[in-house]
Amino acid sequence: MTLTLTRKAPQSDAVATFASCRPTWRRRTKDRLATTAVVGAAVLTAVPLTLVIWAAIQRGSERLDLTLFTNSMRGVVGQGGGLLHALTGTLLITAATAVISIPLGISAAIYLTEYGGQTRLASITRRAVDIMVSIPSIVAGLAAYALFSLLLGPGTRSGLAGAVALAMIMIPVVVRASEEVLRLVPGDLREAGLALGSPKWRVIWRIVLPTALPGLTAGSVLGVARIIGETAPLLLVAGFTDAMNYNLAEGRMATLPVYIYTQWSAKGLDTAAYDQRAWAGALVLMAVVVVLQVAARALPPQIAKLRRNR
Amino acid sequence: MTATVPNSMTNSKAVAAATATGTAQDAARLAAPTPGVGSPGAHAAVGSMSIDNVSCFYGSHLAVADVSLEIPGRAVTAFIGPSGCGKSTLLRAINRMHEVIPGAKAVGSIKLDGVDLYTKGIDPVSVRSKVGMVFQKPNPFPAMSIKDNVLAGLIIRGARPRGSAADELVERCLTRAHLWDEVKDRLKKSGDSLSGGQQQRLCIARAIAVQPDVVLMDEPCSALDPISTLAIEELMRDLARDYTVVVVTHNMAQANRISDVTAFFSLASAGQPGRLVEAGLTTDIFSAPKVTATRDYIDGRFG
Ligand SMILES: Nc1ncnc2c1ncn2[C@@H]1O[C@H](COP(=O)(O)OP(=O)(O)OP(=O)(O)O)[C@@H](O)[C@H]1O
Ligand SMILES: [Mg+2]
Repeated sequence: MTLTLTRKAPQSDAVATFASCRPTWRRRTKDRLATTAVVGAAVLTAVPLTLVIWAAIQRGSERLDLTLFTNSMRGVVGQGGGLLHALTGTLLITAATAVISIPLGISAAIYLTEYGGQTRLASITRRAVDIMVSIPSIVAGLAAYALFSLLLGPGTRSGLAGAVALAMIMIPVVVRASEEVLRLVPGDLREAGLALGSPKWRVIWRIVLPTALPGLTAGSVLGVARIIGETAPLLLVAGFTDAMNYNLAEGRMATLPVYIYTQWSAKGLDTAAYDQRAWAGALVLMAVVVVLQVAARALPPQIAKLRRNR
Repeated sequence: MTATVPNSMTNSKAVAAATATGTAQDAARLAAPTPGVGSPGAHAAVGSMSIDNVSCFYGSHLAVADVSLEIPGRAVTAFIGPSGCGKSTLLRAINRMHEVIPGAKAVGSIKLDGVDLYTKGIDPVSVRSKVGMVFQKPNPFPAMSIKDNVLAGLIIRGARPRGSAADELVERCLTRAHLWDEVKDRLKKSGDSLSGGQQQRLCIARAIAVQPDVVLMDEPCSALDPISTLAIEELMRDLARDYTVVVVTHNMAQANRISDVTAFFSLASAGQPGRLVEAGLTTDIFSAPKVTATRDYIDGRFG
């Protein structure tokens, strides 16, 4: 009965219904206002970002010469000099941080997803990670400073101490990202692995981790990108030096962010030379971060595939 | 309520079928003891199972109550019954996959060739290598090639075969799973690149590559089109020459076509535990069931 009614509904009625829905003047105004506000906000976000990148490229390229990459600042006052010692320091400390954080972070994520479940230890760990994600980096620096002062005597500064401070910042990032991708690995695959007659740890090792590998890699790269620009903790525990130092375990070690800061804050007489070096350092650091971000972006299609198959 | 299949009768039927259609190798396997799980008891080592007073729990919720059932070796046994009556639960209890779910446990005894799989000291991992499983949704490992998927059971155990040994095993299992001709030119491709029906046959190849005695299948065709379904049905019949096959299905015609023995499960009402209502030779269950509930279910008059 309802069916016949609908069918016989006069066409003009339908037209009238839609006509009454035509946007009124007020609605069109509101719509325009909202659109303007949203677009404006987007521009407001994009403009400063573009300006910063533009300034870094423009001012950084003034000193983008070969000596920048072949020289340290040893004995340099005024023109010349380079950031090789700081670039080396950043790469060494970042590598050390990654070596500490990635295995620890992924292991913790494996514990949380595969073994912890709803146990007390798991929920405490989760809570701790949540807190550590938002820990101010200077606090991580102070913690590492205190730790190394206790272990190796007061005021000890080294690249390793810097790496430990950065690891405190990076580990929670890796745990969070890894936990998320491990949860994306379908439970079916774990069951299928177990049903083939193999112990759980082997299923995790041979099935779960390889399946999640692209995501784990992306998470680790994100963690590295998070810490590579850190300044405050390194200023505290890795210190600063004008000279090369390849030894993580001993002595102060320069890094790019700290290099930029010191070039800027402790200018000599020829201030232009110091400014140029600071900008060049900023450009190099940004380039490193962009390379990492692009590398991390290149992987996610495979994660998307996991999401689809879930 | 329990029901048992007269063991001697179904077994002799299955054995007769196997020897009639099988090769000398089949006959030899019939006589050989089952390695790994333990020494065989009174039963011949043909992968026959006997389920005794098995109940399955999820936490304190009783999902399957007091099932006793004989599953003949080298034959197809079908589990049928309405949704929620515990077919999947019981099936997973057979290879101790049930206990993988947090809080889940099974009590009673399930024997494979006379060895109780639930005895203390038996490693569930070794049980699962003797009693394989194929799931409702095809689940090849996406991070592995087709070839590695077949070898997955061995790879996971850290015993990946190499060279010609691997090639032979892959070809044998894929041929056995009726998939070889379709994939032999793209063994290096991801298992994801196959159709649903092909993926399911790949999963069957993966299950038999670890040389189980029993293959459990939980609605293996429910995600497949009729042609793939037919291919899998034919495959199940073929597998029953060498393996004990237990299959859960909602398709009565399928149960009738492929199984030697049928077990009908039901539950009094939602939330009640599932129970075995009746089991017997498929021909008997479908032509002359002893219980009216069975007849009603088979004829589609359920509920
Ligand atoms: N993971 C679980 N946790 C708790 N209860 C469960 C779980 N899985 C199944 N159950 C319960 O156990 C009972 C039996 O479920 P089971 O999946 O074995 O039924 P089934 O016969 O396989 O049904 P279907 O034909 O729909 O697959 C149901 O009451 C169900 O709600
Ligand atoms: Mg089921």
